[in-house]
Amino acid sequence: MSEIDGLLTALGSQGVDRAILADVQTAHVMASGQRLLSLRRVPGLTLAAEESADGIVADIRVARGTRLAHPLHLCFGVLPSVGRQHIRMHLVLEDDAALDIVAHCFFPNAERVEHLMDAVIEVGAGARLAYTEGHYHGPYGGVTVVPRATVKVGKRGLYRSDFSLTTGRVGKLDIDYEVEADEEAVVELTARVFGHGNDAIRIRERLVLAGRAARGLIKTRVAVEHDATAEIVGITEGNAAQARGHVDCMEIVKDRAMASAQPLVKVTHPEAKVTHEAAIGSVDHHQLETLMAHGLSPEEAVDLIVGGLLGTRDESRIAGTGRAEAIVWKK
Amino acid sequence: MALLEIDRLRFRVPERVVLDGVDLTVEAGEIHALVGTNGTGKSTLAYLVMGCEGYRPGAGEIRFDGRPIDALPLHERARLGITLAWQEPARFEGLSVGDFLRLGKSGVDAQDCLHHVGLAPTDYLNRMVDKTLSGGERKRIELASVLALAPRLVILDEPTAGIDLLSIGEIIGVIRTFKAHGAGVLLITHREEITRIADRASQLCGGRIVCSGNPEIVAANYRGRACLRCNGEECHDERN
Repeated sequence: MSEIDGLLTALGSQGVDRAILADVQTAHVMASGQRLLSLRRVPGLTLAAEESADGIVADIRVARGTRLAHPLHLCFGVLPSVGRQHIRMHLVLEDDAALDIVAHCFFPNAERVEHLMDAVIEVGAGARLAYTEGHYHGPYGGVTVVPRATVKVGKRGLYRSDFSLTTGRVGKLDIDYEVEADEEAVVELTARVFGHGNDAIRIRERLVLAGRAARGLIKTRVAVEHDATAEIVGITEGNAAQARGHVDCMEIVKDRAMASAQPLVKVTHPEAKVTHEAAIGSVDHHQLETLMAHGLSPEEAVDLIVGGLLGTRDESRIAGTGRAEAIVWKK
Repeated sequence: MALLEIDRLRFRVPERVVLDGVDLTVEAGEIHALVGTNGTGKSTLAYLVMGCEGYRPGAGEIRFDGRPIDALPLHERARLGITLAWQEPARFEGLSVGDFLRLGKSGVDAQDCLHHVGLAPTDYLNRMVDKTLSGGERKRIELASVLALAPRLVILDEPTAGIDLLSIGEIIGVIRTFKAHGAGVLLITHREEITRIADRASQLCGGRIVCSGNPEIVAANYRGRACLRCNGEECHDERN
């Protein structure tokens, strides 16, 4: 199987419609390891990518006032069991531009793989960027994922990122994002990770609300089981009048796993306000018993609670457990 | 044979005896109200019947359909058709109201269930069962989810707590729906007007059933502090 077929197969296995990569109106970059496999540009989007010694260098720019109707798909991965992929990306949204990015990252066979990402992102005034990144890992836990991003969001700009790694073993994950929000900008950083085995998760996100009335949310949802570990640091700084920030971290711990959360808030302006909440613990007992009172087994109930937290709920839990079919009342 | 039979049930925590030889039955198609002040063991009785963790009888027996159920875990009891609407319902991140109503059972008309508790399906089906719901909304959704289960025995723990006065009638209608469909209802309440819709009532005081029978009489006893056990000394406060 060719690398491109391998990535397409991986894409399809996760329920993503492979046809998006054949759509001439949808931009994409596809790379396996250091090899650039495919690239499509669309009007309004400047997209340059080239191979480097250990990965891909990409420059992405959306012209002023351009609002792309279709998301840009980034399809990255390392298909063999051993390899390295270092993505260096410079992404610029000029003023009032809008772009959705959907990144798919596949490491289905990884036993000794490194995936590094260094991104510099500039969101112009009034611009809007939504960056959704989904990771799909294999069962061996042999991946080291190190995403680094420095993001500046201009006046009235919007930056929303949603990172999820809930399929397969995480391996080692070390996220480090730094985001600065200017006047009236809005930032939402969401990370959802499920660690198993001896996976090691570290997420550090720092959000600086630098401009007046800038608003931001750091939301982290992590579940760890077996011997996995998670260390979450969410830092929010309110440095201007009417800046509003919130850090919301929830972690579920099972078996021998360990988790820590450090929501750090810092306010340097008297009219700024930053709040935080963090909850770490086993599956909530009241939730568990509520679901069991609906006939779900303890295992089904735990799966549903964790799936809801991580946004990965298994729909088959909703209807069709072992509970005997009861009469449907006509009221 | 009653649907639910509770026989000389005893339960204690390290500090005290919570239930001290409780006898109580609920027939199919019957509403049996259980009244009593805070801390008298009403919710404890509910958790024992449901089989919640940490709630196992010290003595006595609970039978459902003539079969002892003390050894069954909670979800096995639910699969027999027993369920509980909690006084303080849990909230779930990432679970929509529509999906919550369809938990564990196919063929549910979620819209109909919401209509029944006075909630517009268009406004609620896609909302999350999380902290964005008010206490009253969550309470109604809890009742709707119990309706969806079409249980044989439903334990309602303070079903009107958090419900505005104007909507109490809707909740009474829901309780009557359970009865109309042949389900037994163990109704835990403080409210006299709710007690009156019951077929039978029992008053719990100090871990014992002190009065049982006609709901009007039991409610009057409760209201009038005519407790045979404590002579009103323990039953006098925190009534709504």
